[in-house]
Amino acid sequence: MPQVKFFVNGKQRTVSADPNTPLLWVLRESLGLTGTKYGCGQGLCGACTVHVNGEATRSCVTTLDLAEGKRVVTIEGLASNVQNPLLRAWIAEEVSQCGYCQPGQILSAAALLARKPNPSDSEIDEAMAANLCRCGTYPRIRRAIHRTTQEGGRR
Amino acid sequence: MNTTSSIITRREFVKVVSIAGGGLVLGFYLPSKEEALLPEMVPTTSLAPNAWLRVDRNGIVTVTVARSEMGQGVQTSLPMIVAEELEADWSSVRIEPAVVDPKYGDMTTGGSRSIRSNWLPLRKAGATAREMLVAAAADTWKVDRATCRAENGAVLHPTTNRKLSFGQLAEKAALLPVPSDPPLKKPDQFRIVGRSVPRLDSVEKVKGNAIFGIDMTLPDMLVAVIARCPTLGGKVKSFDASKALAVTGVRQVLQVESGIAVVAESTWAAMRGREMLSVAWDEGPNNTLSSADIEKIFEEKSKQEGLAVRKEGDTAAAFTSAAKRLSAIYTVPFLAHATMEPMNCLVHVRETEAEVWAPTQSPQWSQRAVAGVAGLPLEKVKIHTTLLGGGFGRRLMWDYTAEAAEVSKRIGRPVKVVWNREDDMQHDYYRPASYHRMEGALDSEGRLTSWAHHVVAPSISAQLFPNQPRQGPPDAVDGAAQLPYAVPNILIDYVMANTPVPIAWWRSVYNSQNPFANECFIDEVAVAAAKDPYEFRLQLLPPASRLRAVLELAATKAGWGKALPSGKGRGIACHACFGSFIAQVAEVSIKKEGSVKVDRIICAVDCGQVVNPDTVKAQIEGGVIFGLTAALKGEITIKQGRVQQSNFDDYELLRFDETPTVEVHIRTSAEEPTGIGEPGVPPVAPAVCNAIFAATGKRIRRLPILDRS
Repeated sequence: MPQVKFFVNGKQRTVSADPNTPLLWVLRESLGLTGTKYGCGQGLCGACTVHVNGEATRSCVTTLDLAEGKRVVTIEGLASNVQNPLLRAWIAEEVSQCGYCQPGQILSAAALLARKPNPSDSEIDEAMAANLCRCGTYPRIRRAIHRTTQEGGRR
Repeated sequence: MNTTSSIITRREFVKVVSIAGGGLVLGFYLPSKEEALLPEMVPTTSLAPNAWLRVDRNGIVTVTVARSEMGQGVQTSLPMIVAEELEADWSSVRIEPAVVDPKYGDMTTGGSRSIRSNWLPLRKAGATAREMLVAAAADTWKVDRATCRAENGAVLHPTTNRKLSFGQLAEKAALLPVPSDPPLKKPDQFRIVGRSVPRLDSVEKVKGNAIFGIDMTLPDMLVAVIARCPTLGGKVKSFDASKALAVTGVRQVLQVESGIAVVAESTWAAMRGREMLSVAWDEGPNNTLSSADIEKIFEEKSKQEGLAVRKEGDTAAAFTSAAKRLSAIYTVPFLAHATMEPMNCLVHVRETEAEVWAPTQSPQWSQRAVAGVAGLPLEKVKIHTTLLGGGFGRRLMWDYTAEAAEVSKRIGRPVKVVWNREDDMQHDYYRPASYHRMEGALDSEGRLTSWAHHVVAPSISAQLFPNQPRQGPPDAVDGAAQLPYAVPNILIDYVMANTPVPIAWWRSVYNSQNPFANECFIDEVAVAAAKDPYEFRLQLLPPASRLRAVLELAATKAGWGKALPSGKGRGIACHACFGSFIAQVAEVSIKKEGSVKVDRIICAVDCGQVVNPDTVKAQIEGGVIFGLTAALKGEITIKQGRVQQSNFDDYELLRFDETPTVEVHIRTSAEEPTGIGEPGVPPVAPAVCNAIFAATGKRIRRLPILDRS
């Protein structure tokens, strides 16, 4: 098996696997980072969203070879900063219901905020439209994103 | 040291079960769902503890309750009830998911029952423990117990300013007699119940370390995916596994009841192996079945006289003498559950026992199924319920747990069977489709004199349990038979129309179907009577009714009657179900090209005493959005015996940018708590369809609204 080297949550990792393996399964099963979820396998639901070089990326349709040398951040990486304002806003707004899609939602929102620190509602709509939630937490996700920018503004 | 003392009275059963751990452990009894509805039928002799409350020496309070957490917040709200009566310090309260055991009685999570069926028993348990802790403190201090009180995890003696923590008192309390009738707090004394207490599972869920079924692993575990016959009811004819076995990581390929299992070292290898399989299917008897055939079955069946489930007055005579008669056919399609976490289950079947980790709403049904497949006695099958990545009724079924047990037994190792999205979409147990013939009559004054609802639908209980005699009214008339309006002549009848499409429960099930017909048709009748649809409903609801009160609240909050710009419309609907009362007003915009945008849904709900108001709001918000997916987009269709939809591109869920503003108004009530997981769903579709009519004059009588064909 060829070896692929890349950075996951700031640490260099080396994985021996078929380079065509979706990054999702490498993260979940080779590296034990199960916060990244399988939802559809076709890039349709966003449950598997991670950051690759800062971009929100569907890990279920991103092969391992495409991650070579890149910086991958998963929910575990984002959550290693307990003061992360986005996570705090998510908790304050009680966004999660079943919680399964939330890591992907949070990583999509984090990528948006990195790009646009004070997004409008229509920018939020655009950034979040491809992340599905069956429990119906969308209104609270919107509130959590707004809360993050407001709290960021106060500091 | 152990001690046992018990007071057994029906539904008030609490006893000290042990103090082996050095604390106070109370066992108590939570009624099953049937018992909660029919308490008089439960023999007292069958009572055994099925829930536990433990107060440790370190003051930690642990509540073991056998209900599945699938997003509805039950693992926060149930301990809140105990903590309230116990006077616990909320920060020291924990919950432990129960491992399946017959002693728990019914562990099923469904029917919006968790709070309402456990409310009194949990309060009783908390109050019992509190009284014992207070008695232990009074005994220690040699003071009158009436001069002591429990507060925030401790017992106080205010006159001498003394204080002992629950932890300090637990061991002594366990030796005291169990009070038979501890006083319960009055609602105005509640300090936890009725507050929006943060959910206990929020932090782990946003940090990504919450463990769902699909995240479970065991040493030596393999992963399997199963190729299933795409035709409903079909089977494997033959297969060639050679290419699948050549995939790196694939260990074994075997035929099982549900198809061909590809067993591998990783999920991806198993999925790849499955793609390389070559399977010839025996498609079975349904390979020409289409959605059009099912509609024909319903139309044919609709010509039959149904089983009358509610008959008042004489509808036939009333129709004959009516000044105006209306009739309409309403239909709804099959729907998938589409939980975000696809079905999966980890099982280890050994020679003499089996252990299962399953995201399930019904661990006991799965226990029975696994025991059957593994050939083991029930008590040798241990089931751990993990977090559920959505349930909505799908995870009441046991197909995916039994299947995993079969694979594990055959390969002699722990195995996690994972369904891909396509499996999940195409091998669901769907929300039934149904057909509703509505008839109404008005007199010359525009009063509704007669109402007939002819329900034609498959019966879930008849399809799932064909050999079990059904007691009570048929399931398929739920929400039809309970028409809330005062009409002198009513006939609700039912024709069973089963089909080869597998069906089961779905968030609010028949209450998402019958009220759609009811609440749209009452709108049609109001328009025919030249009345405002809201005023028309009000006149048909008794003045003191709780449904009327939420209808008024929703209308007021929505500004019912205020003018809207052209191209916008407002619609209203109400329904009583799962013990609760709910009304919704929908506001929609019709765009130039004719597309519909739902702008706002205003909800008013009365679910009795509210345990966690924020959770109630979240459940209604979620129910509305779930109901909107169904109303606007949801449809499972059949062609050549196959489910045509396979993933989220052809079974679309409501998206972020399509989601309206959802306002939830809770009507304050001191009545017993009632269901909240499901009641948000039923009024959405009729409220939106009525709003579309108000905006366009076009009636929608067939769901989904956005017909793709």
